[in-house]
Amino acid sequence: MAEQDWKADKKAFWAVSSVPLLWTLLLFLVPMSFVWLYSFGSNVGLTEIEISGTLDNYKRAIEWLYLSIFLKSFAVAALVTVICLIVGFPIAMALTFASEKWRPWLLLAIMLPFWTNLLIRTYALMIMLGSQGYANKTLGWLWESASWIKALVGMQPFPAWEPVQLLYNNFAVVLGLVYVHLPFMVLPLYAALDRLDKSLIEASLDLGAGHLRTFLKVVMPLAMPGVIAGVMITLIPALGAYLTPDLMGGTDSQMIANVIERQFKRANDWPFGAALSFLLIYAMFILIALQGLRRNKSGEAR
Amino acid sequence: MTDNSPIIQIRKVSKRFGKVTAVDDVSLDIMPGEFFVLLGPSGCGKTTLLRMIAGFEVPTEGQILIDGQDMSRVPPNKRPVNMVFQSYAVFPHMSVAENVGYGLKIAGVGRAERDERVREALELVKLGGFEERKPDQMSGGQRQRVALARSLVMRPKVLLLDEPLSALDAKLRAQMQFELADLQEQVGITFVTVTHDQDEALSMACRIAVMNKGDVAQLTTPSDLYEYPANRFVADFVGSVNIFEGKLTVDEPDKAAVDCPGVGRIYLNHGVTGPHGGNVWVALRPEKIYLHVPGHGNAVRAAGQDAPEGHNFARGVITGMSYLGDITLFDIKLDDGATIRVSRPNLSRHDQEVFEWNDRVSMHWRADSPVVLLS
Repeated sequence: MAEQDWKADKKAFWAVSSVPLLWTLLLFLVPMSFVWLYSFGSNVGLTEIEISGTLDNYKRAIEWLYLSIFLKSFAVAALVTVICLIVGFPIAMALTFASEKWRPWLLLAIMLPFWTNLLIRTYALMIMLGSQGYANKTLGWLWESASWIKALVGMQPFPAWEPVQLLYNNFAVVLGLVYVHLPFMVLPLYAALDRLDKSLIEASLDLGAGHLRTFLKVVMPLAMPGVIAGVMITLIPALGAYLTPDLMGGTDSQMIANVIERQFKRANDWPFGAALSFLLIYAMFILIALQGLRRNKSGEAR
Repeated sequence: MTDNSPIIQIRKVSKRFGKVTAVDDVSLDIMPGEFFVLLGPSGCGKTTLLRMIAGFEVPTEGQILIDGQDMSRVPPNKRPVNMVFQSYAVFPHMSVAENVGYGLKIAGVGRAERDERVREALELVKLGGFEERKPDQMSGGQRQRVALARSLVMRPKVLLLDEPLSALDAKLRAQMQFELADLQEQVGITFVTVTHDQDEALSMACRIAVMNKGDVAQLTTPSDLYEYPANRFVADFVGSVNIFEGKLTVDEPDKAAVDCPGVGRIYLNHGVTGPHGGNVWVALRPEKIYLHVPGHGNAVRAAGQDAPEGHNFARGVITGMSYLGDITLFDIKLDDGATIRVSRPNLSRHDQEVFEWNDRVSMHWRADSPVVLLS
């Protein structure tokens, strides 16, 4: 009854929704429309942009030079998402089955990076990964120890330790992106697993299934909404990642967001940057639409 | 293995969670083909005991044997028992047939035999034709039948049921009590049920173990449990009861008497072999007390006096009434001060004896109705 009253009262509806609508309109739709219009324009002089309706920017954007970066960004984002899923699932399981006493602390540990500036986190990670960083020092120590033990038992020791290149390459980008996006994967997975009735797992064991089969046949299918949500919420920001490839990547590891940034800044080619941006946005829309389709389908099947 | 050896032996089993003792040194045997009920209030350890039989909890001390085999190191998926969960735990992403066939598939039963056994199991729980349904298209009662079929299809030696009827509404619950008892007789599998509902326990069980604070307070048949409770906890938990504290003043082989302050002297026509002069409790069920207008009861008229020969007798004033349709409950303040509860069946539509608040009434009860409790 209360719900109907509220729906029937148009004034209340507009009073409540006008602010967010205005917000979306002024701060999102209007500026984005300009960018969209720019993508059909061309530079006239240094600062002027003439919107001529040309498709040249899009034609240039799908040239192999740029298309390959698009594809590579997809590949990196997909890899990051898969690694996040593989690493995140056990973490989410641990959270779910942790005792009441420990769970808030574990959740805090997951959330803590969120409250730290991304730039600081990235530089902190870089300190660890540098050629004189602790990661390399630890590896070097292990190498030397192994070499020493080999010499001790009379075998040929390893050659001297050469620091491994852990930074400024694709490996660093993937590692950095996984690190940044892991909480986005863990939280929806945890939400899905936490909702799962634990007696379903016991029922599966009771009927003779082992732990692996119970995981594959009961836990996984029922956690699927969480998996999908986690994948989407990881894949989309990873696709548009800018800071991590910029700071941690090498010359060959730039992603599409870095290219876009260059168009708006150094290249001063806003129309082309706009076209690239919108291609990225369209790609994300397609991903979201696919998920919507899938959800509708499973909704009908019910 | 003869039929007389217990299917489940619980030997000196204790379970502690940190400092909390859930089950405290329990020993009991469950016989094959029995409908066994663990009855008790929440937190009495009954569910923990059931989960230890299923293998979901490991006893801190003691041993559980199923069909003579020690289960100490046997995980739940290798035990010859199956469980019906309180929440039913029907897999929501599988059809009814997939749910019921789940265990058989794991056991490696072939497709044809599996389909046949699934169909039989669903017929058994009256869900024939529901094979392709999804659980979210079914009522709670139907989901429970799926859970039952899913366990029964495995032909376990023992079926464990955790509060099987608690989520059903009252009508359905009463119906399922009969159906479960029927089903158990039909399949001949040992059922072990946990419940906090005494009606459920009394109506379905062959034997009931009443649990209190991790311990078995009494283990016997439903009628013995009701008529011969072993202690105050059982008397109070099973059914409603008047309990009066008193001193045992007479205790001979053929008679006994307890002096209860507030009630008077309560006579029994048998000995109780209790501590003479010591503190005891008298339990008296409300329906065992006859209520009538002073000097006007049928039995009283026949006897020509206040109470029939050999009956206990008391008088008081009605201080509370509660009409429940089939019976009416009366709270009566006795002349000596105590309050007693009496239930009276409404045998005819127009009662000859009409009782109102503040009426003076007489009561009498047979000398074999009260039960003397020593603890």
